[in-house]
Amino acid sequence: MQRLEKAMAETLFFNALREAIDEEMARDSTVMVMGEDVGHYGGSYKVTKDLYKKYGDLRLLDTPIAENSFTGMAVGAAMTGLRPIIEGMNMGFLLLAFNQIANNAGMLRYTSGGNFKIPMVIRGPGGVGRQLGAEHSQRLEAYFQAVPGLKIVACSTPYNAKGLLKAAIRDDNPVLFFEHVLLYNLKENLPDGEYVLPLDKAEVVRKGEDVTILTYSRMRHHVMQAVKTLEKEGYDPEVIDLLSLKPLDFETIGASIRKTHRVMVVEECMRTGGIGAEIVASINDRLFDELDAPVLRLSSQDIPTPYNGAMENLTIVQPQQIIEAVRKMVAVKV
Amino acid sequence: MVQERTFPTIQSASAQVTQEEGLRLYRDMILGRFFEDKCAEMYYRGKMFGFVHLYNGQEAVSTGVIQAMRPGQDYVCSTYRDHVHALSAGVPARNVMAELFGKATGCSKGRGGSMHLFSAEHKLLGGFAFIGEGIPVALGAAFQSKYRREALGDASFDQVTAAFFGDGTTNNGQFFECLNMAALWKLPILFVVENNKWAIGMAHERATSQQEIYKKASVFGLPGYEVDGMDVLAVRAIAQEAVARARAGEGPTLIECLTYRFRGHSLADPDELRSKDEKEAWLARDPIKKFAAYMVEQNLADQSELKAIEKEIQAEIDEAVEFALGSPEPDPAELYKYIFAED
Ligand SMILES: Cc1ncc(C[n+]2csc(CCOP(=O)(O)OP(=O)(O)O)c2C)c(N)n1
Ligand SMILES: [Mg+2]
Repeated sequence: MQRLEKAMAETLFFNALREAIDEEMARDSTVMVMGEDVGHYGGSYKVTKDLYKKYGDLRLLDTPIAENSFTGMAVGAAMTGLRPIIEGMNMGFLLLAFNQIANNAGMLRYTSGGNFKIPMVIRGPGGVGRQLGAEHSQRLEAYFQAVPGLKIVACSTPYNAKGLLKAAIRDDNPVLFFEHVLLYNLKENLPDGEYVLPLDKAEVVRKGEDVTILTYSRMRHHVMQAVKTLEKEGYDPEVIDLLSLKPLDFETIGASIRKTHRVMVVEECMRTGGIGAEIVASINDRLFDELDAPVLRLSSQDIPTPYNGAMENLTIVQPQQIIEAVRKMVAVKV
Repeated sequence: MVQERTFPTIQSASAQVTQEEGLRLYRDMILGRFFEDKCAEMYYRGKMFGFVHLYNGQEAVSTGVIQAMRPGQDYVCSTYRDHVHALSAGVPARNVMAELFGKATGCSKGRGGSMHLFSAEHKLLGGFAFIGEGIPVALGAAFQSKYRREALGDASFDQVTAAFFGDGTTNNGQFFECLNMAALWKLPILFVVENNKWAIGMAHERATSQQEIYKKASVFGLPGYEVDGMDVLAVRAIAQEAVARARAGEGPTLIECLTYRFRGHSLADPDELRSKDEKEAWLARDPIKKFAAYMVEQNLADQSELKAIEKEIQAEIDEAVEFALGSPEPDPAELYKYIFAED
């Protein structure tokens, strides 16, 4: 088994996404991609490289730089039967499309009393990169989580990126699909056969007993780095990658909390109004009696991400902070 | 008195109608007018709520454009001033009225209201309450037709889409962005500007550097026309040409209809800014009276036939009100229904 896996070609993260799009476009001719530089240029992170050669310019539609309008156009195309995938060249640019995403992608099915459905995916690189400056370091998942009607997914490995993107494309609802600028070059052996992952299931990355760590996107990797040290010190944390930020998989989250009774959220979005804030509130609503300690949040600082490298590191959560937080939390005996 | 733009005239010879067609246009305009008058009555009687924007005075635009299309097959996209576009597109008056009453039988199941009318069956894309946001959605429907025709090779998809919006909306970026994309990809779409000279209380000339909106088409490389929006035959003639071009794959058209709303911006608007002179001048050009006179003059109908149509429509609208009044409220247990596609 070990040897077999080694024989399998490793797939880069961006190629895993590309495979997902390629497979779904081959499977369903109503699936198409639109966005800035998705066609001839192949996408800013090469997720759609050369697909236009296979599928043509209409199915890999290079759009002018007009985020709100091409997002609205995707809504109209989805209402009339296509399944558009929008690439946000950087997810931050979708601030310009906030109206179309919130009013029309998110709410139109409801306001129309079910007249229309809107099967579309909005995907692209989000998160804090390496010294990209504040505007290119946004975490819009937190801004968008209040919009009804949207599903929000954050992928974190080549394996889940491919399986989740395929599911998002097949879903009949608008899905915001967050990739991360710093994860595109991760490698992983992927199964040879086709697979699709459920959109609403969290992944238990590491089973454990001491504390539940809820995380997503790149912070999963920071958490796992911290776990290496924590294991040596005898700690046994359970790590859950949320994958679906909306809706939250409270089945998986609840099962874990009923076991560990301690919860920590590690996230890259800002603290105020973040994904973690919503999780803490939901845990209070549903699982308060299970808690032996207050839920702890490790989030980014509430500031525009500074350019300076050292300051940038201070802005987002580092593995060392996670280590210290686990030590402290587990030390508290009831 | 405000200087009015010179109205473009069109050759009456190019605007011939058959008797049957003429009566159809008349009926559609009367339906729009009587429906809106009934809305005002119902609003003041406390039967409908929220912001209600009536279309009185602009009927020749909805009728002229949509009746030049294939209602039920071609797509129509509107704004918050959408009742009459919905009616022209074929959404039954009773389902529009029921929506305004917030009833479960409304075309948006009581979830939408006046500014959010939808009907997949009648290819009504909405009902968009934010300025300009419907234009990209309409563009998407038009793109879909081209995609199916060219990427999927299905020639039967020859639908045309019409997007309606006001003069004030043409200062919004989505208008320009969509003109660009529509012309770039030769999409089968009509951009129909209903220039009624006002955006709530903002006079067109106070908001807009180039007031002749149709001229903006040329810089994007699509044809732009100005038309007397109080003349249903003039509107229809231009629309027919634009629809034919779009259907033939020759791309989009911008049509600026010079028109006027006979009521305030919404039923909540005291309408104090527009001058009496201006209002009177435009009331004198009432598109329905004008077309009625034309029909009689051309021997296409006599007064009694027109009266008979009006009676029929009045009955239809009374029935719509009865239907709305008698319809059930949405089931509170279904508060969450329609958030997701599976609901
Ligand atoms: C994005 C947005 N900004 C402001 C408004 C408030 N508003 C509603 S109608 C309107 C004026 C629009 O005028 P125009 O486009 O000429 O259309 P008309 O009402 O005259 O038909 C404004 C400012 C809105 N609905 N949406
Ligand atoms: Mg106006």
